[in-house]
Amino acid sequence: MNLILEPIVKILIVLFINLTLVSYLVLIERKVSAYIQNRIGPNRVGPWGLLQSVADVVKLFFKEDIVPKDANKFIHSLAPVISVVVAFSTFAVIPFGNKITLYGNEYNLVIADVNVGVLVILALTSLGVYGITLSGWSSNNKYSLLGGLRSSAQMISYELSMGISLIGILLMTQSMRLTQIVAEQGGYIFGFIPNWNIFLQPIGFIIFLVSTFAETNRLPFDLPEAEEELVGGYHTEYSGMKFGLFFLAEYASMITASAFIVTLFLGGWQAPFIEYFNFSPFVISLLQLSAFAIKVLFVLLFFILIRWTIPRFRYDQLMNIGWKVMLPLSLLNLIVTAFLILINIL
Amino acid sequence: MEPYIPIFLMLVISTALAIILLKLQQSLGPKNPNKEKLSTYESGMEPIRSAHERFSIKYYMVAVLFILFDIEVIFFYPWAVNFKMLGLFGFVEMLVFIGILFIGYFYVLHKGALKWD
Repeated sequence: MNLILEPIVKILIVLFINLTLVSYLVLIERKVSAYIQNRIGPNRVGPWGLLQSVADVVKLFFKEDIVPKDANKFIHSLAPVISVVVAFSTFAVIPFGNKITLYGNEYNLVIADVNVGVLVILALTSLGVYGITLSGWSSNNKYSLLGGLRSSAQMISYELSMGISLIGILLMTQSMRLTQIVAEQGGYIFGFIPNWNIFLQPIGFIIFLVSTFAETNRLPFDLPEAEEELVGGYHTEYSGMKFGLFFLAEYASMITASAFIVTLFLGGWQAPFIEYFNFSPFVISLLQLSAFAIKVLFVLLFFILIRWTIPRFRYDQLMNIGWKVMLPLSLLNLIVTAFLILINIL
Repeated sequence: MEPYIPIFLMLVISTALAIILLKLQQSLGPKNPNKEKLSTYESGMEPIRSAHERFSIKYYMVAVLFILFDIEVIFFYPWAVNFKMLGLFGFVEMLVFIGILFIGYFYVLHKGALKWD
């Protein structure tokens, strides 16, 4: 019983937090973009526009669902579902805290603690390509098809360097279990720098970050939906909640990607220097949870700032960076890391 | 199998969430289809031919190369997890493996399979 009930409670809490975060992330994105462009941004619905997302969701519910007559109806509705499921379920293996004791019971703050966590995440995120490719193909629209094709080529190209840039961490931790990868990031280098992988694997971190931008189709890699060339890209023919699901998936995968970055490179739930204070175990658990949340929010803010300050790549530039810069660089990083471990420096 | 149950639960619950959202909209939203509304969007023009036609071969090339390289990437994972146990032997073996991979990579580059102009 506990085997089923405990994960379900955790899943519902995580989904609720993710959905709330998505709606406010949209608002933050619109506000940040407005301030960058010297505008005010949404400010009519609720104080400071705080209820704007609620209004948007209600509007999506009352819109007509239009499926073009030449489209493949089943795949047309399947594609947004795939995108959302992949974006949310990736969170299942990410540890968002250490352990928490509630009413005498100890709970692990991770939904599924599997020994191949890294592989599960890579497998699920690569399924995300299907959502976009199928939506592009099934709409029977030329813009959608081009958007879907571009997107699949881009995502698979960057998946390679993403996969290789992680290996440096696996070499150091000797495990693919995410909880162990986080646990190994406790402690300090030279006694004052937190032992996070970003300081041990700076090149791996940069490659992984850039690949994540490409994988989540965010600017500067948002060619699948480059408005000036492709109208709406793969979701040109989507309306109502199906469009809403793509929108949800985009932001949810941004959150999961940030959580993955934090887990792998920024120490996960590790809050540095916490052991110098005499907190009770419960307070420490809460502080670790909030450390994770704060780190994720910072990465999300970085995503948003990049989107509104950097112009889009051209498609040939994008492919050249992926195959001719990132791929060799990540392999080089792998060899150097392996060598440093071999001579006992890392 | 036991640790994987929550992942399946997560997949089931998020699928249910997505389907509920879609069904809710289908029951709430209006339905007044007409011929113009259901035609494919093509910047206001009459749609010319179907979209399911031939497209650039470069996308196929990228897909094939991806499969080749991705399989090689997967071979790195078990090696990386056992690296400290394998020691110098593992390092040299992997250098040979990466060397072979690079020969293939330079062949692909030289053939111009990754040119996008």
